[in-house]
Amino acid sequence: MEEFEHSLFIVELFNKIFSPPLAYLLNLIGIEVAHPDKLIPPHVVMSIIVMIVLIIFFGLSSRKLKIFPSPLQNILELIIEGFESLLVDIIGEEGKKFLPLIGTLGLFIFFSNILGLIPGFMSPTSNLNVPVGCALVAFIYYHWQGVKKHGFVGYLKHFAGPIPWLAPLIIPIEIISHFSRPLSLSLRLFGNIFGEELLILIIASLFPFILPLPFMTLAIFTGLVQAFVFVVLTAIYIAGAVASEH
Amino acid sequence: MRKVYKSFFILSILVFIFTTPLLAENEGKIDKTTLFKWSIIIGGGALGLAACVGAYAQSRAISKACDGISRNPGAASHIRFALIFGLVLIETLVIYVLLVAIIIFFVKWGKYI
Repeated sequence: MEEFEHSLFIVELFNKIFSPPLAYLLNLIGIEVAHPDKLIPPHVVMSIIVMIVLIIFFGLSSRKLKIFPSPLQNILELIIEGFESLLVDIIGEEGKKFLPLIGTLGLFIFFSNILGLIPGFMSPTSNLNVPVGCALVAFIYYHWQGVKKHGFVGYLKHFAGPIPWLAPLIIPIEIISHFSRPLSLSLRLFGNIFGEELLILIIASLFPFILPLPFMTLAIFTGLVQAFVFVVLTAIYIAGAVASEH
Repeated sequence: MRKVYKSFFILSILVFIFTTPLLAENEGKIDKTTLFKWSIIIGGGALGLAACVGAYAQSRAISKACDGISRNPGAASHIRFALIFGLVLIETLVIYVLLVAIIIFFVKWGKYI
């Protein structure tokens, strides 16, 4: 999709500052860089911006917590309690310990989706690499939690199904379904956000500045729903891996 | 109504089967312009078909959810959760077709012929 990429001001600024030292470091290792002034791709810059926003906003506002919360702390508690009640609904009472990863994933994806609506920025999730990263993190994490809960052999017994003589039939289906999970997670997120941005671009070429506004309002809703679905699916996968068969 | 669907489905399959040899006639002399034309037709057609079926499925889901909420308003939050979740899963399939259509449109056909 090289035709759609135009250089953003922030990406150029970022590259001007950080590209030459990075290229020098890579040269020391022995990797030749083709374009030393365009080393960092836009989606990496944008996800770094999202990370900085999240760290500053959520890190600084959780410094001084009070018993009588300030308005900002109220909003934060609302977000955290929303995630927590979702996890308790899906996984059960033990789901609260998965809150850090699930909450971080949800907030990162939501802010990434929203960032594309600000002029001069793009959504990092509209590049396939970022959703694939998030989906692989979720994939590895729920397998790891399953192994931690049941032990390695006990977790492998999950794949065989309840009836022993049906196991040769069940195991390939289970393996395919497990590997299709990160694929569908990442492609869903990427396709929605990329399609949304493409739609806004096409509409803006018809009638700039006014006509894209309702679609951008819709894009806020889409970004929220996609982050929600990513979180819910990850929680369901974790619930499936952690659940004890009784 | 069911019978009409069935006969339409069988008819469309028969049409596809019998028109395939017609399309295969000039297989030997396929060139870049016809391939590009067919890629646009197939991508747009597939996306339109997927949007039709997806919209029908979503409308069924929404109508059933409205039925459920009007019968038992106490369960509204659970039904809404399942509704949004299912709607997104249906929408995902349309999005897959959109991705395939975009890939068909923007692939550099000149490289592969």
